[in-house]
Amino acid sequence: MDRLELQGLSKRYGRLRVFQGLTAEVRSGQVLVVAGPNGSGKSTLLRIIAGLTHPTAGQVCLFRDGRLLSPEERRRQTGLVAVDVALYGELTAWENLSFFARVRGLGLSPEEGEALLAGVGLAGRGDDLVQNYSSGMRQRLKYACALLHRPGLLLLDEPGANLDEAGRAIVEAIIARQRQNGLVVLATNDPREVAFGDVVLHLGARP
Amino acid sequence: MRTVRLWCAAAWAICAKDLRTEFRTRYALSAIGLFAVTTLTVISFSLGPLGLERDLLGALLWVVLFFSAMAGLSRTFVHEEEAHTAPALRLAASPGAVYMGKFLFNLLLLLALEAVVLPLFVVLMGLEVGHPGAFFLALALGDLGLSGVTTVVAAMVAQAGARSALFTVLSFPLLLPLLVSSIEGTRLALEGKDIGTVWPSLQVLLAYAVAMITAALLLFPLIWASPTRSR
Repeated sequence: MDRLELQGLSKRYGRLRVFQGLTAEVRSGQVLVVAGPNGSGKSTLLRIIAGLTHPTAGQVCLFRDGRLLSPEERRRQTGLVAVDVALYGELTAWENLSFFARVRGLGLSPEEGEALLAGVGLAGRGDDLVQNYSSGMRQRLKYACALLHRPGLLLLDEPGANLDEAGRAIVEAIIARQRQNGLVVLATNDPREVAFGDVVLHLGARP
Repeated sequence: MRTVRLWCAAAWAICAKDLRTEFRTRYALSAIGLFAVTTLTVISFSLGPLGLERDLLGALLWVVLFFSAMAGLSRTFVHEEEAHTAPALRLAASPGAVYMGKFLFNLLLLLALEAVVLPLFVVLMGLEVGHPGAFFLALALGDLGLSGVTTVVAAMVAQAGARSALFTVLSFPLLLPLLVSSIEGTRLALEGKDIGTVWPSLQVLLAYAVAMITAALLLFPLIWASPTRSR
């Protein structure tokens, strides 16, 4: 992934202005941190970058090999971890991984699945139903699912949410690895996580 | 060719995921099944002794199937939104594959419902089928159209409030031509008319299903990929 450009992004819900005229650019290997108080539109911005929500104005441009990717290609290149994006509680962790691999057209062997789970500290827990997981374990599984297709763009909304120190260390390792493979955008209030940013975008509180 | 194969595999994966979830929770099956059995029992006690004509029995069968479908077929999308799993699915799968996977799941759910309702209908209402081939063909084609329409309407209402009421209100006008033709085709099949007589109704049902599923596939990306509520 070459670079990500946010060009004059604005978002309104009716008369409510969430943000206006956001512009930023990050290149491969960099981390864009979106910081700001609660309600400033950090999660909305991540959803817009992911293509899950339309901006009121402006556009998101993701380039690979100098070529602008279509929204469909951008979707395929994106991995998203967010507190309000859930996995299937009625399925086991392994079934979740297998499902997301199949809908993305990937083959996933049990060994690869186990390696992914081990990478987020869930080794040996693949056959447990996700609804029986703690919130921290669910957050770890979201990372495994988001990294399944080796995304060029990794979007992390409150990346340390629900995680203990060991979990946060895993996330830091994931961010460091992703820097070598592409781009990271993370939305946070945590000063420790803001420090990861090569480019920091501060969103203000709405009046 | 590879793209088509991947698309079909993704659609089947979504259908299989929903089936697995349904077998573990039995939410939609319970809602649809209980509604169908209760309605059928009430009808049989109130109208059974009257010895209804076959044309009325055909209409009653479709009324039971229609309202049972309204009771549970929206579940497939409503659950994705309520459980907050929809964004992950939006990112991972193409809209067409999502529609086809959910459509297949709803179709299988309807077939499972009919496997329960039809024997009960035969026993409780004394249903006799004059032309079984035409009868099952009318049912199958009716199911295709019913699933095709309810799947896309379910995706629309899943992002709104008052989902149950909206689902029925929006589905009914779209399904009216299907219900009319299904009831007509079923009546002729029950009366044992030859396939040539039933064929025009079956043609209408087939054309309706093809038109609705094609339109749904074309419109679905706009419905599925444009959530406006989320922040």
